[in-house]
Amino acid sequence: MNVMTDTDWLDIGAVEDIPLRGARIVKTPRGCIAVFRVAEGEVYALDDACPHKKGPLSNGIVHGRSVTCPLHNWVIDLETGAATGADSGRTRAHTVRVEAGRILLDPGALKQ
Amino acid sequence: MKEQLVVVGAGMASGRALEHLFESDPDRYEVTLINAEPRGNYNRLMLSPVLSGEKTYEEIVTHDDDWYGENHVTTLFGHAVTRIDRDRRIVVTKSGETAYDKLLLATGSAPFMLPLPGADLEGVMPYRDLDDVNRMLDAAEMNESKAVVIGGGLLGLEAAAGLRLRGMDVVVLHVMGHLMDRQLDASAAYLLQKDLERRDIKVHCKANTKAILGSNRVEAVLLEDGTVYPADIVVMAVGIRPETRIARDAGIEIGRGIIVDDAMRTSDPHILSIGECVEHQGMVYGLVAPLYDQAKVVAKTLLDEEAAFKPVELSTKLKVTGVDLFSAGDFAEGDDREDIVFRDPGRGVYKRLVLKDNRIIGAVMYGDTADGAWFLSNIKDGTDVSGMRDTLIFGPAFAGGAQMDPMAAVAALPDEAEICGCNGVCKGKIVEAITAGGLTTLDQVKAVTKASTSCGTCTGLVEQVLAVTLGDDFVMPTVKPICPCSDLTHEDVRRLIKARELKSMPAVMQELGWKTSCGCHVCRPALNFYLLADWPLEYGDDSQSRFINERAHANIQKDGTFSVVPRMWGGVTNPRELRAIADAAEKYDVPMVKMTGGQRVDLLGVKKEDLPAMWADLNAAGLVSGHAYSKGLRTVKTCVGTDFCRFGTQDSTGLGIKLEKRLWGSWSPHKIKLAVSGCPRNCAEATCKDIGIVCVDSGYQIGVGGAAGMDLKEVEPLASVPSEQEAIDITVAFVQLYRENAKYLDRAYKWIAKVGLEWVKEQVVDDLGNRAALVARFDLSQSVYQVDPWAERASTAAHPEFTPLADFSMPEAAQ
Repeated sequence: MNVMTDTDWLDIGAVEDIPLRGARIVKTPRGCIAVFRVAEGEVYALDDACPHKKGPLSNGIVHGRSVTCPLHNWVIDLETGAATGADSGRTRAHTVRVEAGRILLDPGALKQ
Repeated sequence: MKEQLVVVGAGMASGRALEHLFESDPDRYEVTLINAEPRGNYNRLMLSPVLSGEKTYEEIVTHDDDWYGENHVTTLFGHAVTRIDRDRRIVVTKSGETAYDKLLLATGSAPFMLPLPGADLEGVMPYRDLDDVNRMLDAAEMNESKAVVIGGGLLGLEAAAGLRLRGMDVVVLHVMGHLMDRQLDASAAYLLQKDLERRDIKVHCKANTKAILGSNRVEAVLLEDGTVYPADIVVMAVGIRPETRIARDAGIEIGRGIIVDDAMRTSDPHILSIGECVEHQGMVYGLVAPLYDQAKVVAKTLLDEEAAFKPVELSTKLKVTGVDLFSAGDFAEGDDREDIVFRDPGRGVYKRLVLKDNRIIGAVMYGDTADGAWFLSNIKDGTDVSGMRDTLIFGPAFAGGAQMDPMAAVAALPDEAEICGCNGVCKGKIVEAITAGGLTTLDQVKAVTKASTSCGTCTGLVEQVLAVTLGDDFVMPTVKPICPCSDLTHEDVRRLIKARELKSMPAVMQELGWKTSCGCHVCRPALNFYLLADWPLEYGDDSQSRFINERAHANIQKDGTFSVVPRMWGGVTNPRELRAIADAAEKYDVPMVKMTGGQRVDLLGVKKEDLPAMWADLNAAGLVSGHAYSKGLRTVKTCVGTDFCRFGTQDSTGLGIKLEKRLWGSWSPHKIKLAVSGCPRNCAEATCKDIGIVCVDSGYQIGVGGAAGMDLKEVEPLASVPSEQEAIDITVAFVQLYRENAKYLDRAYKWIAKVGLEWVKEQVVDDLGNRAALVARFDLSQSVYQVDPWAERASTAAHPEFTPLADFSMPEAAQ
């Protein structure tokens, strides 16, 4: 069994595996993480649950640096996970970086 | 006995004068209203929206028969006054004589027709009243018809824009060097001309018309420089002159207009006059605001109260949707004058203030006219602006030093600031009406204060005053931009996509000035639909701009699972299909199997990653997607018709299946539900569907615009036809008309309410050529879009949309 330390970034896939203005999910023991790729190409990761009623954000429409929840149209900031506009609440945001075309996820994302 | 008041002319001024009169003293006069036009008072300013199709005639009527009845006004419409006998105090029409104690002349103005060779040809018309509008609309109905508008002033340009919107090729001829030369300077006119050319309106300035050519009907217009423009109609909008003939014949003092004193009395003390026909202190007025002031004054004079008309500063706005210009005061160049100019070429914004002795004397704005009211009030007040000169051009938001949002700018306006120029309503009066009367809606404010009831360009300001006064209690109504990414309405965007042939989402966002880089969840699905509906061959569907249901071809549920609904043509199934559905339900642990309202089976609670495999299984049994998730054709519900039912008159099941096979897979502004009932007992509940067909002995009754959702609507009859084929053709043509014209997320009934059922009938029932063209365009679109999304996705091995990118859910996999 492989040992994982806090410094090991998790390689979750290639950047092109996620459509522009789209999202894919990463399954973890504590639930799904949604990984988004915006029009300009940057990648962001949030828990796949809207702060409102846990709607799967990975199914939302991605626009600018935001995603709109498919259940009740809350607009969530992809950088911070915070609800924008009149709504309030925050979804956990995770650090991701892109190296040599691979998406690397902060291993802390798997922990509670 | 009551005194007799005879009013000649049912225009905007006389209508307003009668209102004031009846408000103050309903019993003093018995009124007879005589009008040469065969109709009563309507808002002439709103003829342009009627011409462009944005309003109907009924919407612009200001006084109807009920109102005349309530106020005991005797009406003689379609009666021209031939003579006034001042000695006997009698007005003569062709039908008889009417005696008066007081006579109010409100004969308005007549369009000025250039005395050109050919000006009397059929098809040459002025733009003045509803009859002119109707004649223009008749011409616009012809295919590829061409219009030449002579005159690039307010009226001419509104006519041009309206005719273009109605599909005509339009050329505007203007004799001066730039458009609207009386209201705009050359820079603002340049932006205006560009905007019009973008709408495919050709503008020819310095155009001296030599002759109108044609034998009986107009065929072309010839200019002095030899240019020839073909024309089916020629609209002359070169100016108006006061209509003074009957006054002149009666020996009343006439200058350019009927000369009146401050109390609106003519040289005959028993005869008063208001409106565009009068001349006051050498001035003749053509805008509505001073005419309303005159109406107020004449009502007082009629009641023997003191009142005097005072000339006021005027401002102008052009009523062409999407064109924003404002002009007020005097903006000619001069040695003693200074200019402050602001330009933003990227946004097409131009603002110019003309200053004299530290006071604003003129303002011209194009592209952003939000501060117009503020500048106008500064012009009127003669405010010394030297203290705020540095930021003056940026309007009231900066005048106090700090930046304010538009609401704060409205909040900062003084009570005397004029909000509605047409009706002379200031902010204080609106606020007072709101607080005293407990008003909460625009319509209420319009009814009480008259603000925003004439040309309508101040509607936004009135709403802002409402919002500022009411705070959170105010709910913004009606006409709104598509979303915060754009200032354009859905209707504007649809029109511009067609007119400017925008065929991709980046093209729309760039050309129409989107304020965000890639739109938002509101505009993108709408744009995606507009583009694929208008350019089925050229545009490629953008799945990332679709709501998840249309991307995953299933309905998302509150827990993030999906529901799957296989299509059952006309609601008919068989044991083999039912077995496949049962097998799939067991194999994928479907927690609930339920019948839908549209006669289908719903498999609820399916996990997203199971969808492709489930579709493959269902596909193998011949089942395809039921599109229960789509803004498109949902289901065609049927009864058993003549197959089994002893009452059935036609094969309703068969027709339902044919319709479903023809229409499935098409995307539309909102969902479309159909039903076909085999007899008037209507077991398929066809009368509450978007399209419902009820079979009868003689054929098929097609109704449209039904719904049983948030609103409950019964269908309205579209057509009754004898043959099944015709029923299918009309249904398909209706769907295509809806796809091409409706606003995204308007159900059919909402769209019909906007365009009118009569118009829909003309397009798909009466005009057989147009019906066939609509059907052909629908079939062309179906050649691209009628594909089963399940088969498409089930046939490929990889389903990136449906599978996880990585899986760390098992501890061992965490690497």
